[in-house]
Amino acid sequence: MEKSPTIYEQIKSSGYSRRDFLKFCAWMAAFMGIESSGVGNIVRAMETKHRLPVVWFHFQECTCCSESFIRSSHPIVADIILDKISLDYTETLQAAAGYQAEEALHNTMKKYKGEYLMLVEGSVPTDNDGVYCCIAGKTSLDIVKEAAEGAKAIVSWGSCASNGCIQAANPNPTGATPIHKIIKNKPIINVPGCPPIGEVMAGVIVHLLTFDRIPQLDGLGRPKAFYSRRIHDTCYRRPNYDAGLFVESFDDESAREGYCLYKMGCKGPVTYNACSVTKWNNGVSYPIKSGHPCIGCSEENFWDNGPFYQHLSSFPGFGIETTADDIGLAVGAATVAGMAAHAVRANIKKRKLINADIEESKNEGGE
Amino acid sequence: MKEQKIKRVYVWEIPVRFYHWLNALVVATLAVTGYLIGNPFAIQSGAEAYLGYWFGTVRFIHFVAAFIFFFNFLFRVYWGFAGNKYADWKNFIPYTKKYIKECFDVLKLDILHIKGKPFISVGHNALAGLTYFLTFLAFLFQSITGFGMYSAMSDSFFPKLFAWIVPLMGGDFAVRQWHHLMMWFFIIFAIVHVYIVFYHDYVEGRGVLSSMAGGWKFIEKDKPD
Ligand code: HEM
Ligand code: HEM
Ligand code: SF4
Ligand code: SF4
Repeated sequence: MEKSPTIYEQIKSSGYSRRDFLKFCAWMAAFMGIESSGVGNIVRAMETKHRLPVVWFHFQECTCCSESFIRSSHPIVADIILDKISLDYTETLQAAAGYQAEEALHNTMKKYKGEYLMLVEGSVPTDNDGVYCCIAGKTSLDIVKEAAEGAKAIVSWGSCASNGCIQAANPNPTGATPIHKIIKNKPIINVPGCPPIGEVMAGVIVHLLTFDRIPQLDGLGRPKAFYSRRIHDTCYRRPNYDAGLFVESFDDESAREGYCLYKMGCKGPVTYNACSVTKWNNGVSYPIKSGHPCIGCSEENFWDNGPFYQHLSSFPGFGIETTADDIGLAVGAATVAGMAAHAVRANIKKRKLINADIEESKNEGGE
Repeated sequence: MKEQKIKRVYVWEIPVRFYHWLNALVVATLAVTGYLIGNPFAIQSGAEAYLGYWFGTVRFIHFVAAFIFFFNFLFRVYWGFAGNKYADWKNFIPYTKKYIKECFDVLKLDILHIKGKPFISVGHNALAGLTYFLTFLAFLFQSITGFGMYSAMSDSFFPKLFAWIVPLMGGDFAVRQWHHLMMWFFIIFAIVHVYIVFYHDYVEGRGVLSSMAGGWKFIEKDKPD
């Protein structure tokens, strides 16, 4: 086996200075929530570790995760971590095509069996044996199963791979399925979001590179470093929420005041993501800061939990705007009507009984 | 003067009565504050956030009431094993043929009015017991979903015990949605419950309504209690 250069050597040969490299390590540590004394670990890992072979699959998806990743604010991320060092196969970025691409994939899978990292963007259709997504004559279902066999770990990029996203929205015509429901015997890291934040994706990769083990995950398989808090927990509009100051329409005075978007259907209180901490586009903004409620893009079923601009979701089969409150109110009204009818009927049917009791009581008490 | 045919029976001991009224109070509080959490009114005053905290207060009341609600409920479950025979857990679970038959009898007698002959059940009648059992399940559901959501806002170990419900239901959104819908179960239960109690009191004249205050019900002397 040829001796591949270390990650740091690769970075150096791409023209980055030692200073750039150290800055990158410190920056990554900050995003991953590692204390400053831990920066040394990242530096050391990068200096000593060799390339981690990576294959990146694209199934039912729109490539927004890749887009987000390559726009990650630090050039080293896109330039080095994937492009130059590790990426052996990725349909959208690689130069190779057809047989060459397939060959590269299979070489990696054979040569690095049990060592390579498998990144998946997109969900996998399972209906009709998975014919809705085929690459090189094979269904994505078969590809996933085959590639997962020899993978060290799997990262499910974005809401598609981690919970199905829009393809899986009702009625889910292709049986779109997230990876963790297909592969059961490998460590899987879910990195939901539509797309996930580039820095979060980079953080996950660097963590895997540095520590050689999967990051701490929550109950839904998401890295705790980025998904343990709700948007709402660190939202800068939170004081308005607590004070009950709410926007009621996008053009009212309250919207100009920057009040809380809760009544505009903000899903921040039920959405776990790093938007309000890390923000987007080099930390410029995030939806709420730009005046739009969170639509909960990193949560399962967020397409079906709509309408987006409504606090409660509509109930399937009850019309698009019908909420739990409408249903409750209707059932409540029917109940009251039923009780009124019951009361009338009771008075008719039990009249005799009650009168007899009253008579009896008169006889007993009187005389 | 004819001899009195009625005797009185001590049915609801103090713990049951205490539980009942505390429960009624906190459930009402939870429904009102819960409704407000889901549908807050907006203050259009151009006020600054530091001037107010009313929504935070509403949520605080909801959470305090929630803790009382949950432990009060646990206490009632305990009393189902420690209390008198009318409070016993067996009154709530339809596990015998007799129990199920009584359910249908009550349905015919009091709800559909197609059976004329009244009969006596001193504690809860079977159908009422079954309804309360369903209510207890709803209590449990509401507590699990509520504390499940609460676990995201708290570092305490207790709500964390319920955190498993969130992945099970697919996320906080679904949990909140069902928690909200279940509020209507409580509202409708309370309306029907109060109506039925008044109905029994009116038709039977055994003091059902006041039994939850003083503990006593009245039955014919020749009937076993
Ligand atoms: C009879 C009992 C209860 C009723 C009727 C009730 C009702 C409600 C309603 C209607 C909501 C609003 C949901 C929405 O945002 O649309 C809510 C929210 C909530 N309830 Fe309850 N609830 C009850 C018991 C509990 C319990 C036992 C807990 C336990 C801690 C709890 C915790 C919560 C939490 C954490 C929220 C979310 C608050 C937020 O969004 O900040 N509830 N409840
Ligand atoms: C003004 C309102 C209310 C009145 C007058 C009332 C009255 C009563 C009475 C008389 C009973 C005994 C019925 C029987 O013998 O079967 C009872 C039982 C019960 N009530 Fe209420 N109630 C009220 C509100 C509520 C509310 C709001 C709830 C909760 C949602 C509730 C839950 C229950 C339960 C669970 C029982 C069974 C008691 C047990 O065995 O632990 N009640 N109520
Ligand atoms: S805007 Fe959304 S996330 Fe921010 S405080 Fe309001 S409800 Fe929470
Ligand atoms: S604010 Fe909400 S909807 Fe917007 S990107 Fe973040 S998680 Fe997705």
